[in-house]
Amino acid sequence: MELLLNQVLAGIATGAIYACMALAVVMIYQAIDHLNFAQGEMAMFSTFIAWQLLQWGVPYWGAFVITLALSFAGGIVIERALFKPLGNAPVLTHVAGFIALFAIINSVAGLTWDFTIKQFPSPFGSSPFLGSQLISTHQAGMIGVTLVLLLLLYFFFQFTRIGLAMRAAAAQPESARLVGINTSWMIALGWGMAAAIGSIAGMLIAPVVFLEPNMMGGVLIYGFAAAVLGGLSSPFGAVVGGFLVGIFENLAGTYIPGVGNELKLPIALALIVTVLVVKPTGLFGRAIVKRV
Amino acid sequence: MSALQEIVDTQPIETTPKKYMALGNYASIVVVILLCVAPLIAKNFVIFQMTMVLIYAIAVLALNILTGGSGQFSLGQSAFYALGAYTSAILMEVGGVNYALTLPIAGGICFIAGYLFGLPALRLSGIYLALATFALATAMPQLLKLHYFEAWTGGVQGLVITKPDAPFGLPLSQDMWLYYFVLVVSMAIYVASVNLLKSRSGRAMMAIRDNEIAASAMGVDVALYKTLAFGVSAGITGVAGGLGAIAVQFVAPDSYTIQLAIALFLGMVVGGVGWLPGSIVGAAFIVFVPNIAEHFSKGLSGAVFGLILVLIIFLLPHGSRQIAYTVQGWVHKLRK
Repeated sequence: MELLLNQVLAGIATGAIYACMALAVVMIYQAIDHLNFAQGEMAMFSTFIAWQLLQWGVPYWGAFVITLALSFAGGIVIERALFKPLGNAPVLTHVAGFIALFAIINSVAGLTWDFTIKQFPSPFGSSPFLGSQLISTHQAGMIGVTLVLLLLLYFFFQFTRIGLAMRAAAAQPESARLVGINTSWMIALGWGMAAAIGSIAGMLIAPVVFLEPNMMGGVLIYGFAAAVLGGLSSPFGAVVGGFLVGIFENLAGTYIPGVGNELKLPIALALIVTVLVVKPTGLFGRAIVKRV
Repeated sequence: MSALQEIVDTQPIETTPKKYMALGNYASIVVVILLCVAPLIAKNFVIFQMTMVLIYAIAVLALNILTGGSGQFSLGQSAFYALGAYTSAILMEVGGVNYALTLPIAGGICFIAGYLFGLPALRLSGIYLALATFALATAMPQLLKLHYFEAWTGGVQGLVITKPDAPFGLPLSQDMWLYYFVLVVSMAIYVASVNLLKSRSGRAMMAIRDNEIAASAMGVDVALYKTLAFGVSAGITGVAGGLGAIAVQFVAPDSYTIQLAIALFLGMVVGGVGWLPGSIVGAAFIVFVPNIAEHFSKGLSGAVFGLILVLIIFLLPHGSRQIAYTVQGWVHKLRK
């Protein structure tokens, strides 16, 4: 019983990473209706910027805020430069664009900061949290930040004019245009916010997985899985999905014989697919009703 | 989040009228002659690369049938490619079967696997289907590494395959013989695929792609044709995998990762979704562009590759078929 409890706790701790990433994924999905395959690389790049600032002697929270602002601007620039011109190109062409973006960012980061593993500091320290060996203060802090972020997003989308405009632009672009919403800039704003949330995720994850250009590969896969499991239309679902995937992964590794580290990912994914087969729009997603 | 959002009418895959899915007769003849003559003037390594182009073209074509034909999206093609490759390799090296005979077996096994995978996939669509197929692609290399199967698969080490000689004492080098062998197989598959999409089944698949509800209202058995599309696509990919194993002379779990599936996807987009002849253009992109990018700059090869890709999708958002349509337009004008 204690083993189970410990594993669940450890799962929640890693789940916080996935939840963070999934939140960023869902954000951009809300704004542009696509899964951004380059999301992880964008977060990685932001984290490198933060690391560079820290190296130059900027205090942590200063670096944090500057990185956030730069990522926000970067996200908007990417949208304006790369995806706005693509405009009405087919969806699959957009996906190819994400893959191109992935390759470019990964390669540029590798050339600028090379591929050696770097330490990234945590603002919460890494002593045991409340005397428990399983969760460190950093992981507890990560869970806290994720939940606060979720709350802020909820308020933003529910109670501000611009949040409402963004939702309208994503749901009904044409009607939104008719009532005077600048849908094109709403999409750009969505990119900016997704990049900023991604940078927070990156800076929280980096102390755990260490900073290097490929650090997001695995995390992004779990982040996607978490977002899809929770239902892509629901930020709350994404966070719950993140924790669930973390717990799944740990329990599968512990209790199913013959599952080493190698098979953890396939098993976690297989479980998710099973859930999806039963509930095709994710746990908290809403079914899309098609008009024929 | 709002109620309005639920009424989204999206059309993820462009619709291609079936008469535009293949090349005209004259154009086909020119392409076939070019493909036949090309190896006579090329070096052995170039011939090998062209063989790989043809093999990837088959795999891209298979994805094209699934996505461009029936409107289902897959990131799991590398899994079927791996399955076909391993089937051929094991039959040849452990079973001592002739290489040409292993291909239909590989295709058959992959057809069954694809059909079975298509059954749960029926419940999913769009992004959710992409994730499910993605799971398949990430699981495959790990499954191939399992020590339970090591006696056959060779585990992490993989299997080495001997390259076949030209039969009947033909004066052809191994590479050249393999090229023509692959060329014949790929032409057969191309013709069969074009005919499939022109047939009743092909029309049913395209009806599902364009509007599933309307198709089922017209009496198309949606479940049957969707799973069939998965099966056919997987089967063809399996044949490509088998050919790939023979050409590379080696199979190992790490050759068939998700990167292969992504490459095949890019090949389809560059070639033009739903335009079967584009498959070979897309395959050429997969084989040559990473090399070109590497040639420009070692450290920035990823960035160069990305930039080339961005350039292509900016200039040709509909892939190479956009060029074909433009040329077709000119030809029509000239005739008039």
